[in-house]
Amino acid sequence: MNRILKYVILDIIKNKIVIFYTILIALFSWSSFSLEDNAAKGLLTLLNIILLTVPLVSILFSTIYIYNSSEFIELLVSQPIKRSKIWYSLFAGLAISLSFAFILGAGIPIIVFADFSKAFIMIVVGIFITIIFVALAFLSSILSRDKAKGIGASILLWLYFALLFDGLVLFLLFQLSDYPIEKMMVIITALSPIDLARILMLLQLDVSAMLGYTGAIFKDFFGTQFGLLLSFLLLLLWIIIPFFISLKKFKNKDL
Amino acid sequence: MRNYYLIFITILIGCSIQAKTIYVGKSGNYTRIKSALQNVNNGDTVIVSKGLYKEGNIIINKSICFLGKDFPVIDGDKKYEVLSIKASHVVIKGFKIQHSSYASLDDPGGIKIYESRNVTIEENLLSDNFFGIYLQYCSACIIKNNRVISSGKQEQEIGNGIHCWKCDSIQVIGNKIAGNRDGIYFEFVTNSLIWRNISFDNIRYGLHFMFSNYDAYFTNCFTNNGAGVAVMFSNHITMMNNTFRENWGDAAFGMLLKEISDCYMAGNQFRNNTSAIFMDGTNRIIIEKNIFADNGWGMKIQANCMDNVIKHNNFMGNTFDVSTNGTLTLNEFRENYWDKYEGYDLDKNKVGDIPYHPLSLYAVIVEGNPPAMLLYRSFMVSLLDKSEKVLPSLTPDNFIDKQPLMQAIKL
Repeated sequence: MNRILKYVILDIIKNKIVIFYTILIALFSWSSFSLEDNAAKGLLTLLNIILLTVPLVSILFSTIYIYNSSEFIELLVSQPIKRSKIWYSLFAGLAISLSFAFILGAGIPIIVFADFSKAFIMIVVGIFITIIFVALAFLSSILSRDKAKGIGASILLWLYFALLFDGLVLFLLFQLSDYPIEKMMVIITALSPIDLARILMLLQLDVSAMLGYTGAIFKDFFGTQFGLLLSFLLLLLWIIIPFFISLKKFKNKDL
Repeated sequence: MRNYYLIFITILIGCSIQAKTIYVGKSGNYTRIKSALQNVNNGDTVIVSKGLYKEGNIIINKSICFLGKDFPVIDGDKKYEVLSIKASHVVIKGFKIQHSSYASLDDPGGIKIYESRNVTIEENLLSDNFFGIYLQYCSACIIKNNRVISSGKQEQEIGNGIHCWKCDSIQVIGNKIAGNRDGIYFEFVTNSLIWRNISFDNIRYGLHFMFSNYDAYFTNCFTNNGAGVAVMFSNHITMMNNTFRENWGDAAFGMLLKEISDCYMAGNQFRNNTSAIFMDGTNRIIIEKNIFADNGWGMKIQANCMDNVIKHNNFMGNTFDVSTNGTLTLNEFRENYWDKYEGYDLDKNKVGDIPYHPLSLYAVIVEGNPPAMLLYRSFMVSLLDKSEKVLPSLTPDNFIDKQPLMQAIKL
């Protein structure tokens, strides 16, 4: 496994797109911190950018990478290696290298500008989002042999989590505005990793106190140690479930 | 001839009454305050030296100067109202007054003044009383440089710091008030001044007006109260140069204005409040030259507010600058600075050429549907706001500042 992982990581690091992604995210981060007059606001601006670009790049790059290395995978399958090992290594390689790109690009300015606890959570959230969307990419690329379909599915997934889900939530809110749905909303956030990450981060930034009654409910839930632990656990589930579905499919797939 | 009479009488009185000074304490004329007070006449001075005095309810019913040396402690033992003043022209200065009783029927206080005039309460320390300083049916009194500190946990367990009921011409100056129900409470108080007080960590309001007209408060600081200031059912209040900070919480406001009219508000600073100003049934007030910075909501104006003028204010870094609950707009916004304004100024007159809509679509949505706050700062919401800015369809289109300033006003 270690050797495959090494090849994958080396291959990705050589890839120009990952370098470009690192530089892009670094530019975003440095500029959003220097544009805003205080670090908390810079962090908020950066949060918006990260929650939009990181999932997009992670899911698209991973999908394309898996399709492009289909020959490499076929070659490996013909060797006496377990299939799960191949899939694990591919996943680990992608996750590690993209997380590394994120830490290099956004992590450094975040640590430089923001105070430690907020910076820590922000970076952890960023890494989680990266890995979750790599896992989703594995799922969408295993579902279809056709590259165009797979990439299409990835883009749709990204669009759904970044945009459509919020639209649906807004629609639900209006439909159910006569009912006390605040607590239910807490559960609904768990259905989108991006929303979960955003609220986790907002609560760290103390903007939550401005959110009024709903904010208070979120704070009661996510602000506690238990809530924090639970939401990280949920993020972890968002990695595990799509990846293991894809793993199961890969094991039985006729390549 | 009459004048001569007057002078003669004055001299006569001056001769006949010689104000004396009485010392209370271990080495004084009396060891107990009560026995000293039994032997005073109008105009005398009583000086109490350092010590602990537990004498139940002490009543002052002569016009005397009652002074403490090195802050003697008068303790109500949680059973009595500590100091009751039932005479005019009394001065109380330099005491530590603590542990008054608790009763919700007759509202005992650390210092309670009954139907008197020209009483001065100065430089006292009031700690853990039910009410701090309580004035009823008083006029021309001065409450100055006191510290009223309590540690109430619930609204019903604790009274107000400085409480005035049916008073006139009161001056509340330079007091520090913390941990009470309301920091300063005015009910049926007229022609009074509140100046340079610091009111913080109170359970309900930093300052509370009810049915009080023609009053003013200047240069006070309200921090971390349930709500900074509540002005209710009053008119002709002047509010200037106050600071409202960190009044957090769902029902927390920097300033809560309810059913008030004809007021003037200028030079105040609102920072880090959940809602800086909440206006409900507020008519004909002028709000100018204030700073609204880093609040959740800059102003929440209910649709039942009329003819208010909001001009020359700075709105900076608020989550929502303005929000309202209806489509009717009867208030005027002009020449404010909005940091979210994205217009241009081609003729370089420092006034933006296109009007600013301070009401964002998301603010309207959240007002009607608070759980929508869930989507705060999501991409979807920014998209909605941007499209609404270009083509206002859901927000009232007359809710605008026609002459938004390009640069912040120096305040």
